[in-house]
Amino acid sequence: MRPVKYNENKKVAMADIPEGYSGEGFMATKFGEVIRMARANSLWPLPFATSCCGIEFMATMGPNYDLGRFGAERMGFTPRQCDMLLVAGTIAKKMGPILRQVYLQMAEPRWVIAIGACASSGGIFDSYPVLQGIDQVIPVDVYVPGCPPRPEGILEGILKLQEIVKHESLRRRHSDKYKGLLNEYGIQ
Amino acid sequence: MTNEQIKEALSAKFPTLSEWETPHDLLTFRADAQGGLKVLQYLYDDDHLAFRFLTDITAVHFPGRTGEELCVVYHLHSLETNARLRMKLYVPEGRPDVYSATSLFSGANWMERETYDFFGINFIGHPNLTRILNVDEMDYFPMRKQYPMEDPTRTDKDDDMFGRGGSY
Repeated sequence: MRPVKYNENKKVAMADIPEGYSGEGFMATKFGEVIRMARANSLWPLPFATSCCGIEFMATMGPNYDLGRFGAERMGFTPRQCDMLLVAGTIAKKMGPILRQVYLQMAEPRWVIAIGACASSGGIFDSYPVLQGIDQVIPVDVYVPGCPPRPEGILEGILKLQEIVKHESLRRRHSDKYKGLLNEYGIQ
Repeated sequence: MTNEQIKEALSAKFPTLSEWETPHDLLTFRADAQGGLKVLQYLYDDDHLAFRFLTDITAVHFPGRTGEELCVVYHLHSLETNARLRMKLYVPEGRPDVYSATSLFSGANWMERETYDFFGINFIGHPNLTRILNVDEMDYFPMRKQYPMEDPTRTDKDDDMFGRGGSY
């Protein structure tokens, strides 16, 4: 327990203190625990919004739903600064290479959320010009169902991603399984 | 300028024009596939007709019309007389050659690329007849009716539930 109560407002949920050994004026824990906690609570979103799911995502970022409460306040419109790619909307086959390029420009660690039916599976657009799910082009961590999903759904997807981030090994990106996954997509 | 006046002027100059109709009051006629550009040129140059705005070029596929399966449709607008007309050229699917209208209308460039992209019409004389909307790797013309609309790579749909293929 902390000697000083910094947060007296019970409605505000704070990130839990990672497991460790603490005494007066110090705390010792594993490096990985701290990094995972920091990563999970400061995901920088990169919106890749092409249609109506993008409108729902805008509502998610707005004051009613406020994604900033979960540590993803600032959207970066450059892939080089971001680590959470949010694909919201129908992706045409012609846009596939562009989406892939955006993903390649993101630095590790990087995560992808497919928001809505179209990004997840092509949705109602079972048609020759539409990519039948972005997982044909890039690996996806979380799929959010809905057409379009409500902002609550998108928030749930991001909270699920935070769980993934909190529990994944720091060495996961060096594992053969992960490299194999990327190789399946032709990404070195 | 009425439809009758336009028809009179055109028939006098090009006696081979046929299939005159006015559905929804829009003057429509058929021209030879090879002579279509000459008709466009005349409509453009004539000071009384002055059809100098190309509204659209598109095509239609009629699989049942043997020997003239593909129909190229031109929509023209005369900004001076506020008259509109529609010209149709029929070409066989095996040899869909039509002369390009890019020398007359710069705007025809992308319209013809689109028509090529979806129907495979070969516009002779077009400066850059390549796909414009679909992916470059596409190896067929998707609006021709022998090709299914659905994406063939999709596996998660139950054909009975979604009415793909089969007898529906």
